Amino acid sequence: MKTRRFDALIIGGGGAGLRAALQLARSDHTVAVVSKVFPTRSHTVSAQGGITAALANVDDDRWEWHMYDTVKGGDWLGDQDAIEFMCREAASAVYELEHMGLPFSRLDNGRIYQRPFGGQSKNFGGEQATRTCAAADRTGHALLHTLYQQNIKHRTQFFDEYFALDLVRDAEGYCLGVTATSIETGEPLLIEARATLLATGGAGRVFGNSSNAMINTGDGLGMVLRAGLPLQDMEFWQFHPTGIAGVGCLITEGARGEGGYLLNRHGERFMQRYAPHAQDLAGRDVVARAIAIEIAEGRGCGAQGDHVELKLDHLGEAAIAQKLPGIRELSIRFAGVDPAHAPIPVAPTAHYMMGGIPTNLHGQVVAPARFGPEEPVPGLYAVGECACVSVHGANRLGGNSLLDLVVFGRAAGRHMLEYLRDNPYPRPLPDDAAAAGLARLARWDRKGSERVAAITADLRRLMQKHCGVFRTDGVLREGLAELDALEARLAQAGLQDTSRVFNTARIEALELENLVAVARATLVSARARTESRGAHAREDFPQRDDANWLRHTLYVREGDQLDTKPVRLKPLTVESIKPKERVY
Amino acid sequence: MKSASGAHTGTGSWLLQRATAVVLALTLPVLIVYVLAATPIDDFAGWQALFSPLWLRVLGLLAAVALALHAWVGMRDLFMDYVRPTLLRLALYLAVVVTLAGSVAWLAAVLWSVA
Amino acid sequence: MGMGMKFRLYRYDPESGEPPFMQDVELDIDPAGKMLLDALIAIKAQDETLALRRSCREGVCGSDAVNVNGRNRLACITPLGELKEPVEVRPLPGLPVIRDLVVDMEPFFRQYRSIKPWLVNDDPEPEVERLQSPEQRARLDGLYECILCACCTTACPSFWWNPETFVGPAGLLQAYRFIADSRDEAISARLDHLEDPYRLYRCRGILNCVDACPKGLNPAEAIGRIRTQLVKRRV
Repeated sequence: MKTRRFDALIIGGGGAGLRAALQLARSDHTVAVVSKVFPTRSHTVSAQGGITAALANVDDDRWEWHMYDTVKGGDWLGDQDAIEFMCREAASAVYELEHMGLPFSRLDNGRIYQRPFGGQSKNFGGEQATRTCAAADRTGHALLHTLYQQNIKHRTQFFDEYFALDLVRDAEGYCLGVTATSIETGEPLLIEARATLLATGGAGRVFGNSSNAMINTGDGLGMVLRAGLPLQDMEFWQFHPTGIAGVGCLITEGARGEGGYLLNRHGERFMQRYAPHAQDLAGRDVVARAIAIEIAEGRGCGAQGDHVELKLDHLGEAAIAQKLPGIRELSIRFAGVDPAHAPIPVAPTAHYMMGGIPTNLHGQVVAPARFGPEEPVPGLYAVGECACVSVHGANRLGGNSLLDLVVFGRAAGRHMLEYLRDNPYPRPLPDDAAAAGLARLARWDRKGSERVAAITADLRRLMQKHCGVFRTDGVLREGLAELDALEARLAQAGLQDTSRVFNTARIEALELENLVAVARATLVSARARTESRGAHAREDFPQRDDANWLRHTLYVREGDQLDTKPVRLKPLTVESIKPKERVY
Repeated sequence: MKSASGAHTGTGSWLLQRATAVVLALTLPVLIVYVLAATPIDDFAGWQALFSPLWLRVLGLLAAVALALHAWVGMRDLFMDYVRPTLLRLALYLAVVVTLAGSVAWLAAVLWSVA
Repeated sequence: MGMGMKFRLYRYDPESGEPPFMQDVELDIDPAGKMLLDALIAIKAQDETLALRRSCREGVCGSDAVNVNGRNRLACITPLGELKEPVEVRPLPGLPVIRDLVVDMEPFFRQYRSIKPWLVNDDPEPEVERLQSPEQRARLDGLYECILCACCTTACPSFWWNPETFVGPAGLLQAYRFIADSRDEAISARLDHLEDPYRLYRCRGILNCVDACPKGLNPAEAIGRIRTQLVKRRV
């Protein structure tokens, strides 16, 4: 079997992976990035509104306020040490991107343009803050291309269109690399590395209605689960309030930040009822639930009453063209509506996975082991949406995901350099290093009666129906039963196409296995958490329950086991932000 | 990627092509109008008389030189696109240069032989 | 059903030993509100051997550029209802076909890398951002938005003839993105590197690139501006 060897290996070519790769490529270590798509096709490219950092370019601001908003936005489930770290590092991470060439929009004084976003406040819950740095409404595109360009400059080795199959670990638990397959040739490849970072992004495609790219299939999550490691807080999925109705494409929160607002069928600004203070800029979970309730209670717009309207035309054509050109283009294309003249039909759409692979703030993957619940897995790191540090807690604030990518991408890169220094020699590969990965490939050479596309469609319907904005134990239990049946079908599935060259059917089958693993983790975790917190809304347990549930869930695949660990309420240096009622 | 680029030419040729186009755009209409106005011309003497003013001969030669240079850049571009073997391309360049330069020289000789 | 739409798809499987062929497919789909990518995915659900690339499905990642009825477009933002039947879908022209609608993009990316697509500024880094006025920043509009889909470059006959030596419209647009950036200091080196009869001057102003760009960008104008810079520093 073909083998390549590097000092460090990054799985995933999005913002987090590329930021970490850059840190390593600038050193004298060799680094490879494996990506199943050409890196600039990664989902980071779709991020619109911006990256949050308390630069105070427009209005007074302090990182401590950003930290408070993030803790509150996450409904106190976020780990406050990691949140302090992220908010402290935010400004330098953004300046660094600017120095790399990111084409931020500018203020008249030449500084980076910032816009208000949901959940942002001054003075620990006071007036609306203006904190999100933007490159028009194409910030993710600008960020991803800038990081890719820097990686070209620093000669990172790219394995484009290689699909990672499984982690390679030795008996002592050290991660020694991954098995992968070239999509173009179908050949397997073993990539050895002393340190491996998972930056494989989210799994939003597990839902029928999703803002996510079609590649967001939780591949890193599947790899981690198959390795016997846990996933954390998988019940927390953010439904973005404003996806284009029926399509799911995102309309940035920046549209409301710039002054847009939501209307129901009576033309009422209904957010005034749900969040009298922050109104349309309340937390995303709050706004998404409000829309869901408006629709459920018959105040939705359109013939089916299945959406609400986002009004922007009062901002004027010039402002829309300058500040929101991308969403104007999307709206005209996918909704047939020019927001400069008419409101955009919107409805909640699955958007972001707050949970993921548990890590500490160096990006090291941590798991319960002999000496405690958070012992690092040697040689294994995770960053970005696939990871759960946890800075987003139970609900992520807009503009914090791009920040998460670059802050923790950089931190993980730095820590990997230390790790490489402390572990200068590769450990011997076990004899069966590639066995699991090869078995995954071989499984799809088997004939079968069930079709992958049909199972995928049913899985997404299942999750949409059984694990949406509002949940109950009964609905979740039904969902798990249906998932059992679906997994039985998956076992009977086979490919019509068994060719080697660019066999995307095989890739989609491998992705489906990961999606199913994610769906199970989500349903089991959601059933276990008998409270409502952030994006996890249980109709049968409508209150937040700090006495029992100020804890992270940890799901392990074997036997669908669910464990918990406490939230880290103690920040690095500042005072803890004590849990209180979350109102906007 | 290894490539021997940045030949520091190209802008000159491009400018030359534009400049010669301007010269042609200015001179050709004058020549055409002048010749058309004089037609029909039946014999050699008529042609001789037509080209006897010095300014016209200078203008004609100017247009011919511009045309030759313009054609040279165009032909060179064509060969760069379609003819890969360097030696063959050089040979073709040479043929074009000889033909164009020869034509201009011949035209000069013809024009000044009438005086 | 009566909703059938006719497609003609370019099919090629290198493992079959067969030459490429056009496959007629009829698909039961209501074109209203749907994009070409929806149809291709529906076709793939019936016949999973069809190979294509896709990712964001909203026109920002650049994966699914294909040639539709003779024009290079992104399948995900090409409304089905606008297309004349049979809808002929081919891989991008001018690049080697790997399989079906999937081409080898390496010649395209090689040219992108060749223009050194990163900001160069050797001044000491300030502890905050480098300043840039809104007017200076506005010069990057129409340049930085490129998604590297290759619609323009593979529509360019000059690139078809000289893929190794001509940068192509996408690469030149990106070259100008850095030349135009007030923060970039490498303008001389960038111009030096482009002042070459092949790298820049294969552009003949055919303007296919402008017609093909799904983001409404204008590579020809960027090329013109590079030329203006070259002329300016010479005369």
